[in-house]
Amino acid sequence: MDHTPPPFFKRGPAPLVRLFFFASLSLALLVVDARFRYVDGLRSWLALAAYPLQRAATWPIDLAMGVGGYFSTQANLVEENRQLRERALNNAQDAQRFQAAQAEANELRRSIGASEKLPVPASTAEVLYLGRDPYAHKLFIDRGSVQGVRAGSPVVDDVGVIGQVTRVHPLVSEVNLLTNPDQAVPVQVVRNGLRAVAFGARGLPGMLELRYMGANAEIQNGDRLVTSGIDGTYPAGLAVATVVKVETDAEQAFARVLCRPTAGVDRGHYVLILNNDAQLPPRPDDAQTKDRRGEKTRRSKAKDKSADKAADEQ
Amino acid sequence: MSSRSQILMPARTSTVIGSFVLALFLNFLPWPDMRLVPDFVALVIAFWCVRQPRLVGLGIAWMVGLLTDAGNGVLLGQHALAYSVLAFLSVWFSRRILWFGPMLQSLHIALILLAAEAAVLVVRLAAGDAFPGWPIFVRPLFGALLWPAVTWLLLLRQRRPTNEPAI
Repeated sequence: MDHTPPPFFKRGPAPLVRLFFFASLSLALLVVDARFRYVDGLRSWLALAAYPLQRAATWPIDLAMGVGGYFSTQANLVEENRQLRERALNNAQDAQRFQAAQAEANELRRSIGASEKLPVPASTAEVLYLGRDPYAHKLFIDRGSVQGVRAGSPVVDDVGVIGQVTRVHPLVSEVNLLTNPDQAVPVQVVRNGLRAVAFGARGLPGMLELRYMGANAEIQNGDRLVTSGIDGTYPAGLAVATVVKVETDAEQAFARVLCRPTAGVDRGHYVLILNNDAQLPPRPDDAQTKDRRGEKTRRSKAKDKSADKAADEQ
Repeated sequence: MSSRSQILMPARTSTVIGSFVLALFLNFLPWPDMRLVPDFVALVIAFWCVRQPRLVGLGIAWMVGLLTDAGNGVLLGQHALAYSVLAFLSVWFSRRILWFGPMLQSLHIALILLAAEAAVLVVRLAAGDAFPGWPIFVRPLFGALLWPAVTWLLLLRQRRPTNEPAI
């Protein structure tokens, strides 16, 4: 006689056992994803599965905008036309000055033998939605690896930098916003050319801060910050932010500089992805830079020794 | 009277799937402040784990969590972990919760949602993110306030028509 319970009492493993199983599976995934990035393939597939729902979730907004556009009155259109014409006039003036300035810059550049700067190719994308996660500052756009987006490309809107593409799925891409405390942008003050690095401000959503600015740095309210182009990721001269507050504390070595981003980081519907292929010289070899003491230099010394030995044997 | 007094029809798989699709859709909507919007997926998982613990359990919760993670572009596994904890607590308390009226049920659900939110918080703090502020704990409370409405909506297809003649 066997004493197994009849099948209608079978409920599988106990809930506690299942919880243990799934919790350890989640933790393993978390560690693998955070430390080693081995699961990006799985992530891409899951993102593809979620894509129809994400796309569908933008419909109500599109619908509302469509209805709003339908009912926009003639007066509004006339007013908007007037404003646009005014702006076009201003832009035309700027464009002329720009052409002259660019010709001059090219001439100067040629005269000092620097390579001519090529215009940066750009493609437009539509913002699908802001990331739901309140911890991360992300944006999703409707262009992916199928359309040729690459990770690392800067993303701008009509007035300034928004962020950088950090992860590319087949049909959507994730953009890390400037306001992310872990996102760094090398900037320059327009007024005096002072260089700095802008980060998202910790504890102040929607703001930027310049870290590691000396308390005596020459910076003041209203200073405009543009990309310096030093990192080779962002093209030089894109508007980033305006300084709104400079705090110097005698107890601290660094000043606290708060800035408001120029671009509509949390607004706007369309963005530009810049495909910046700056021809940078290759990174210097680590063995040549002796400033990092420890494991690396010892290893490189050992390598040098073995190379010497090989040379002696020959 | 309320749904407790009448015998419900069995839950249909299509209702379960439809509710999950609707909840994911609501979660993906572009809300202005994500910290104040209740997590609809968590609510639906809690509902089915309380009502149908043999149909929806930790496995489904875990997979929906993975989908949420990939869709939001966050660390893969944080919502999977949170929803597993949520499903476990819901299954564990399912008999107890159904004993109470709607308001006391909401109170239980608030605690369960709070536990899931805390799981996400712990993962994010361990991953090196900054604390996003106290509004993060308002979200489970808003979710719990929606519990009676969710119950009414999701039980709609299991109720018998009232004018059915009694045999």
